[in-house]
Amino acid sequence: METTESKIQFKPESLAEIDRIIKQFPEGKQKSALIRILHIAQHEFGNWLSVELMDYIADLLKIKPIEVYEVASFYSMYNLNPVGKVVMEVCHTGPCCLVGVEKLIKHIENTLNIKPGETTADGMFTLKTVECLGACGYGPMMQIGETYHEKLNIEKLDNLLSVLRQQNS
Amino acid sequence: MGRKILLEKTDIENIHTYNVYRKEGGYSAVEKALKKMTPDEVVEEVKKSGLRGRGGAGFPAGMKWSFIAKPEGVPRYLLCNADESEPGTFKDRFLMEKIPHLLIEGMILSSYALGCNTSYIYIRGEYMWILRILEKALAEARQHGWLGKNILNSGYNLEIYVSPGAGAYICGEETALIESLEGKRGNPRMKPPFPAVKGLWQSPTVVNNVETLSSVVSIVNIGGDEYAKIGLGKSTGTKLISACGNIRKPGVYEIELGLSVEEFLYSDEYCGGINDGKRLKACIPGGSSVPVLPHYLVTKTAKGEQRLMTYESLSDGGFATGSMLGSGGFIVFDEDQCIVRNTWNFSRFYHHESCGQCSPCREGTGWMDKVLHRIEYGKGNMRDIDLLVSISKNIEGNTICPLGDAAAWPVASAIRHFREEFEWHISEPVKCLEKNYGLVKEPILEV
Amino acid sequence: MPKVTIDGITIEVEEGTTIMNAARKVGGEIVPPAMCYYSKLNKSGGKCRTCLVEVTKGSEKDPRPMPKLVASCSTTVMDGMEVSNKTSQKVLDARKGVVEFLLINHPLDCPVCDQAGECDLQNLSYEHGTEGTRFEEKKRVFDKIDIGKYIQLHMTRCIMCYRCVYTADQITNERVHGVLKRGDASEIGTYIEKAIDNDFCGNVIDVCPVGALTDKTFRFKSRVWFLNPMDAHRNCDKCCGKAVVWMFGDEIYRVTGRKDQYAEVEEFICNTCRFETKDLAKWTIEGPRQISRESVISQGHYVTHLSKIENKNKEKIE
Repeated sequence: METTESKIQFKPESLAEIDRIIKQFPEGKQKSALIRILHIAQHEFGNWLSVELMDYIADLLKIKPIEVYEVASFYSMYNLNPVGKVVMEVCHTGPCCLVGVEKLIKHIENTLNIKPGETTADGMFTLKTVECLGACGYGPMMQIGETYHEKLNIEKLDNLLSVLRQQNS
Repeated sequence: MGRKILLEKTDIENIHTYNVYRKEGGYSAVEKALKKMTPDEVVEEVKKSGLRGRGGAGFPAGMKWSFIAKPEGVPRYLLCNADESEPGTFKDRFLMEKIPHLLIEGMILSSYALGCNTSYIYIRGEYMWILRILEKALAEARQHGWLGKNILNSGYNLEIYVSPGAGAYICGEETALIESLEGKRGNPRMKPPFPAVKGLWQSPTVVNNVETLSSVVSIVNIGGDEYAKIGLGKSTGTKLISACGNIRKPGVYEIELGLSVEEFLYSDEYCGGINDGKRLKACIPGGSSVPVLPHYLVTKTAKGEQRLMTYESLSDGGFATGSMLGSGGFIVFDEDQCIVRNTWNFSRFYHHESCGQCSPCREGTGWMDKVLHRIEYGKGNMRDIDLLVSISKNIEGNTICPLGDAAAWPVASAIRHFREEFEWHISEPVKCLEKNYGLVKEPILEV
Repeated sequence: MPKVTIDGITIEVEEGTTIMNAARKVGGEIVPPAMCYYSKLNKSGGKCRTCLVEVTKGSEKDPRPMPKLVASCSTTVMDGMEVSNKTSQKVLDARKGVVEFLLINHPLDCPVCDQAGECDLQNLSYEHGTEGTRFEEKKRVFDKIDIGKYIQLHMTRCIMCYRCVYTADQITNERVHGVLKRGDASEIGTYIEKAIDNDFCGNVIDVCPVGALTDKTFRFKSRVWFLNPMDAHRNCDKCCGKAVVWMFGDEIYRVTGRKDQYAEVEEFICNTCRFETKDLAKWTIEGPRQISRESVISQGHYVTHLSKIENKNKEKIE
């Protein structure tokens, strides 16, 4: 049987960033950097956290792999399965519903032919409904990557979708 | 025009940069404190100011500070709670985005008062862009000598770092926040020990909200006594209110505590009234966890007195006819909104956000979500209404952290004030799917 | 030393003692039930909320009652504290609520559960639960999984006491399982398919209050109440070697740690003793294990039988 060394490795810039983050905590408390490192990892490796990737991070931080799985599966921002290039996280909590987000979610479902939690066949879009993102006065809204898209309506949404499609094909 | 303290300068161009902030008098409070005041004197000013925690609980900040244990040779930590996740609340985000140096200045003052040499801002992971704004501002502050070693030659050292969460409402609870900052699951801790004795890495720790810490700047600048003159009674100072829902002008407003709810809701300076000329149906004045008020109890209390934006007036009438100021998330419902649907929505939220550690919350939130979902979709039974009340009672007060209460109150209050609407949903399963129940009838109040 | 009064009984205890442990010192009716607290495991407790009690007087210094019910397993006593457990209607009501919460998603598959007869949840429900259910929704279901060759995890029955996680953390040095996800979706698991393989991992079976973690070498072999539990020991190079062997005739059906009246093991045992030593010749039998008279395991009255035989023998000798 062939043993394969883990091929996953962060970019040098990310490693430098991780080093900077770990130094923000006292010695021996490097686990505190875990949540932020998982964000960096997810961003760098296709928007989701594979087991291999989490094991690599456990190794980096000198903690047990289960400690990473426990954390990664607790927080809703981490994707533990492959997702599309563009992950649309639409807020569907009360205040956004008061200003009509449910209609917009229906519109996305119909336009892209996917339900929340699904990815389009071409691997371009994933639709996620999420709980309150702290933009209640600017709803309906959704987050894509680090960007908040606020005060959405159907027209804005259609434009956004076509721009995103162009940018990512 | 009410008095502005926190948002006074947010309209100034480039106030988010160090140079502009400094030119506008920024960091003068740090100069005053580090050069002329002892840490205890800063604590004293905050006590005198009557400032209450702006995260939702409203606990006096100065008193919280005075609880911090000071064992020899053990570091103490100040943590800024920027996990803002209570539905309806988006004020801290506004403050950090517009004027990040105000928070940093407040944190320097507070860290100095508490004797902390390392402080952290724990910010919700979704606010990653604000984390970058804060890191940039922190770098500027460090570059200009407001952070680092021997600040202003006072011998005081301080570093402030920002650390993100990753999507978990529960991390706004202070012990869950500490767990999360330690790189763990956001499971709230059993209290005691309280964070003031054993918090971050088992060291004495104080956790304060963004707005609370930012308010310390003006308290040091004008003095605690002066600050206490702003506001009304025990509700001192100003408060950021984030208004949303069916109003003409949603947004973040700074009010002097004591403003009438009526003025806040209907005047053009603030919410501008209900959108599209509709009528008010209900209002949740302090974020999704606090009891909902039916329209006839929003601007007036059950006794017929004018309802004010203060901790006391909003809770007047207790849970029977009052609510709470909470985090200042002011959610307004117009006549076309369905209370059952909204109650189900919030229940789903708490179900989703329960950490799952203790049984009443883990099982109870999911149960309420499922029952409310059935009612909303026309499959309810009349007995479900009392069942919901009973579940909420079994959760309330019996959980490790306040999330249980936060999940129970909205359900209990919605049924208390809008029972007929729940009943209508059950007795008219077809109609309820397409039509709104309408405005709740105004009952005759027993005073 | 602080004095505390629980249900009218006053006792003096060491500084730092919890209400639960003070009650256990007195024993009997006043001891609150515990589903997650385990005195041998650090940090355990506080989660299940079955041990909630009412503190009607905080202490001599500060006599104010505590506003909410408190978890007796994680609240330390103060001098002069007064606690109501069985004498408080508030406590009994809350406990009834907690039992209901623990049961709504529990499969109630006691007829086919290996834990039946020695299940803490079964006992708790019998004492504090109500007849019938108000839960009309779909129950949460998980697949059964094998974690290692000796242990099966039936997550559907789990009540999230965290004891097995603390055991792996504190008794073994290599924890590979933990709590995954959150809320009512949270589960005990290894995340990836991974065997829990450690000399002491079998103890997770003993600490599990329900039938979520069961001994695969014993699965469906017999109902526990048909077996005769005997204290036995052997020379073991890994653990104390003190165990209870559960016998049917001359055959050992299973081996467990020795559990006290609160269903906690006295000492943890190793996997060799537990899973691999079923040969009677390898054990020195000390005598019948004392099992509470209320327990279904005692229904065979084997202890009485044996003592009668012993007495007869004595008579003969005399």
